[in-house]
Amino acid sequence: MSVRDVLSPFAAWKHLFRDPVSIKDPFNREASERYRGFHQNDIEKCIGCGTCEAICQNGAIDMLPVSGVDGVQTRPGDSGLRPRIDYGRCCWCALCVDVCMTGSLSMSNAYKWVEADPDKFRYIPGVDKKHWDDYEHGYRRPEGHRLNAPERIEMPELEPGERIDSFAEIVGGYSVEQARLEADRCVTCGICVATCPTHMPIPEYISAVRDGDYEAGLKLLYDSNPFSQICGKICTRRCETTCAASHEGDPIAIRWLKRHITEQVPFERYRAIIGEPAAATGHSVAIVGAGPAGMTTAFDLARLGHKVHVYEAQSHAGGMTRYGIPEYRLPFDTIQREIDLIVSMGVEMHYNTRIGADISMAQLQQDHDAVVLSIGLWLGRSTRVPGSDHRNVYKAVDLLRRIRDGEQLQAPKSMVVIGGGNVAMDIARSMARLQQQQHGQIAITLTALEDKSHFLADPVEIKESIEEQVTILDSRGPQECMVDDQDNLLGLRTWRVHSIFDENGRFAPSYDDGDEMVHEGEWVVEAIGQMSDVAILGDELTEKLDWNRGRIQVDEDGRTSESWLWSAGDMVRGPDVVHAVADGHRTARSIHAHLSALDKQENA
Amino acid sequence: MAEYPDRSQYPAHLPDGSCDIDLSSGKYLKLWQGPNHPGITGNMSVELTVCGDEVVEGRTHVGYLHRGFEKLMERRTFIQCFPIVCRICVPEPDFNEYCYAAAVEELAGVEVPEKANWIRTLILEMGRVNSYLMYLGGQAGAFGQGVIGQWTTYARDLMLDRFEELTGARIYHMFILPGGVRDDLPEGFDQRMEETLREIESTLADVHDTMFRNAVFKKRAMGLGRVDPAWVDEYGVTGPVARAAGVAKDVRSDQPYLVYRELDLEPVIAHESDAYARADVRRRDLLMSVDLIRQVLARMPRKGPVMATLPNVLHWKIPRGETYVRGECSRGEYGYYLVTDGSGYPRRVNVRGPSYTHAMALLEKLIVNVNISDVAGLLVSLHTYPPEIER
Ligand code: SF4
Ligand code: SF4
Repeated sequence: MSVRDVLSPFAAWKHLFRDPVSIKDPFNREASERYRGFHQNDIEKCIGCGTCEAICQNGAIDMLPVSGVDGVQTRPGDSGLRPRIDYGRCCWCALCVDVCMTGSLSMSNAYKWVEADPDKFRYIPGVDKKHWDDYEHGYRRPEGHRLNAPERIEMPELEPGERIDSFAEIVGGYSVEQARLEADRCVTCGICVATCPTHMPIPEYISAVRDGDYEAGLKLLYDSNPFSQICGKICTRRCETTCAASHEGDPIAIRWLKRHITEQVPFERYRAIIGEPAAATGHSVAIVGAGPAGMTTAFDLARLGHKVHVYEAQSHAGGMTRYGIPEYRLPFDTIQREIDLIVSMGVEMHYNTRIGADISMAQLQQDHDAVVLSIGLWLGRSTRVPGSDHRNVYKAVDLLRRIRDGEQLQAPKSMVVIGGGNVAMDIARSMARLQQQQHGQIAITLTALEDKSHFLADPVEIKESIEEQVTILDSRGPQECMVDDQDNLLGLRTWRVHSIFDENGRFAPSYDDGDEMVHEGEWVVEAIGQMSDVAILGDELTEKLDWNRGRIQVDEDGRTSESWLWSAGDMVRGPDVVHAVADGHRTARSIHAHLSALDKQENA
Repeated sequence: MAEYPDRSQYPAHLPDGSCDIDLSSGKYLKLWQGPNHPGITGNMSVELTVCGDEVVEGRTHVGYLHRGFEKLMERRTFIQCFPIVCRICVPEPDFNEYCYAAAVEELAGVEVPEKANWIRTLILEMGRVNSYLMYLGGQAGAFGQGVIGQWTTYARDLMLDRFEELTGARIYHMFILPGGVRDDLPEGFDQRMEETLREIESTLADVHDTMFRNAVFKKRAMGLGRVDPAWVDEYGVTGPVARAAGVAKDVRSDQPYLVYRELDLEPVIAHESDAYARADVRRRDLLMSVDLIRQVLARMPRKGPVMATLPNVLHWKIPRGETYVRGECSRGEYGYYLVTDGSGYPRRVNVRGPSYTHAMALLEKLIVNVNISDVAGLLVSLHTYPPEIER
């Protein structure tokens, strides 16, 4: 120790003359740009998926219904819930912001909030207005910072060159590893379930894929959808359009994961997993039409112990899935397995039996406790433009049926398709294959009324059609099927579409006749919609039933104005497999309730 | 069982040969220092038996701060543990974030982007600076020098500003998460950091004059709480306490982690092994951290990602395994022992904080024969943070 040790501490005195270092106005100091302060939520963007609630380890988030506030609605894709944050619990970790599926949740850099009532420190950001709602700064999820993978695992598929000259199935199916990775992306929010017409337990079966528990997954599938193998391949997948993951990335490949489960379980095991039907009830139900709606009704009722007879005009069951969807999308054996499974529940099939010709409705009414009419939409609509009655102008449904029936169609060298929906794509792509096989080249023009951004067909279908060299023209309105004096069809003349609907939203296309095109084609195929062949009902029944714009009027359970008759599927809901399945369930529930009521009456 | 004393006789006849204290003799007095006492860092207490103003025996008591972190983590998913861990050590939370993330990454097989490792190193050194600044204030305060604490708190505040702009928070940064770090450096960060470092250096110069060249501090700290170098291995002593005893132990150079291999550093040592030497080692280590921060900013890559692609964290399962990940924090070796069992939750997490050995075993040994007025100074000279004792 030295004198220096006594003197040098006096250096502290120099601080006496320094300016104070404290901030002048600490109460108004703005926090840094990334500061994690009170939450903000873009209420319009948020879908109420609750992923923030799931990740918060403090239990600081509750999802509360706010339907009706500021345009928040309970509807497909939006649960109508919004997160409420409890600042007695929040630790400002921002995991909720990091995991938010829509990017709606963020944090402002506000950090001061004084309140006498402790219960006030709980609010729904974006709904309960706060002064920091529009603070510019605060924590936002940094670009590229994700806690779940935004990109979908690609499905192995045949390349256009490999697939174009055959009807081989295009989609290969996920491997176990691919499926696991894809299933891993799902956040188990359940937003999709509300959108699925038949409300399949999607997050649960996706969890089953993740865990590799395929048998549990299969049980979940078949308890909600007896067409799971088929839907796993061709479902219109409404669920994926609302999937929470679609907001900031690709939606989960829900359909492919369903398909994966059905592929992983050996078919021989299906029956044991689904379980035995209930003991026979002694009731009998007749179902007309073996499509998805009819067969779903049959499956449900048979499992409940009712005797079911299905009457089918064709030689095979499956309805439009069998006769309307090309084989490259849905191979026959998939349909056959599905039907076998349903039949194994004790359903009796009557093929090649046409109502009106082979058996009458009156007869069915007499023999059964209830009758279901599910005959689908088998008559193609016509544009009725001049020349559309020419022999080489076809309806897409008829052609598809002939192809699926195994007929060796002679494809024309060139062809025009009218329509922009999935059926139009189906017939274009089927004929493209036949052209490739028979002529070695493809010449198909598809003209749709809608513009590209409003196409009715699945975007994947459009993409694949283009890959298969189908020429797709949008906003073209058919004017005439052109016929020469030798009665040969020359092609289709179209005008550019101005608008499709009038100001009242009614279908009334208007055209720009200055923009005319002629599309050459030996054939013209109309794929603009279908109708039901209700003539089979006979005059008497037709007279008795209530109708609504050409469709049989049914209540919400599918019951017609005749108490013994239900109607289900495409003929009441419009064309879609999974809607038909949902309808089948509804109808089966209603019939079961009706039959149970009959039992009660008898016992009373 | 003979190893343990018969509690009915406590504290007489302890098998380790400690003194036989007869309280009824009137010669001894029992005193409690803490759990709330200005000279105690955090909440722990020392049960002192004194004779006159000299301590004849001291027993440490902890448990006042127990929040059960390790157990909590067994009920949290791997991502949910991330916001918890920083709370295990308030003044230097980042080691918990780093060790936890590194353990998870190792067992899950996650490759962290290069740049994230540099940013992690930067954060850990920033945290070390803060921890030492807090210590210096506390150490001086324990010997009655209030002004040092005011200066170092100011310097620390500047560093907290840097933390705030980088991580979005001042104390609990929650920035190093499994897979990398949350974000890149903000614009203009280097320059503001340089200003902060200069301010810290000038504060330290003043601290050096007023504290380290202060006769009072020297008189009280020199010779106080001498740690025999032989105890270093015996007691598991690490960090500045070991280095002040001449044992050049520093995980950063012994088993370089993150990017320490690419930085120039030399463990700071001293030989006197008393409270003064420990304070001085920390002061010089602080200056080294300042230098390391400069090195990191000068050498780190400026392009590339800072976060690896993680599997969906909501149902992240990690295969069965176990690992121990360590780093050199301002108090010594900090480590996480993590056991996973293939489920979505850690099977066991054990946090090894250096305070455990320093504040419990070592203190009880050093405290004998110390004057009561120096107990606080001695305790602080071991630089302990009770929260990391009670995980
Ligand atoms: S910031 Fe963290 S603690 Fe707060 S609500 Fe979000 S997830 Fe929960
Ligand atoms: S599939 Fe999409 S919407 Fe459905 S639970 Fe998973 S993330 Fe949510």
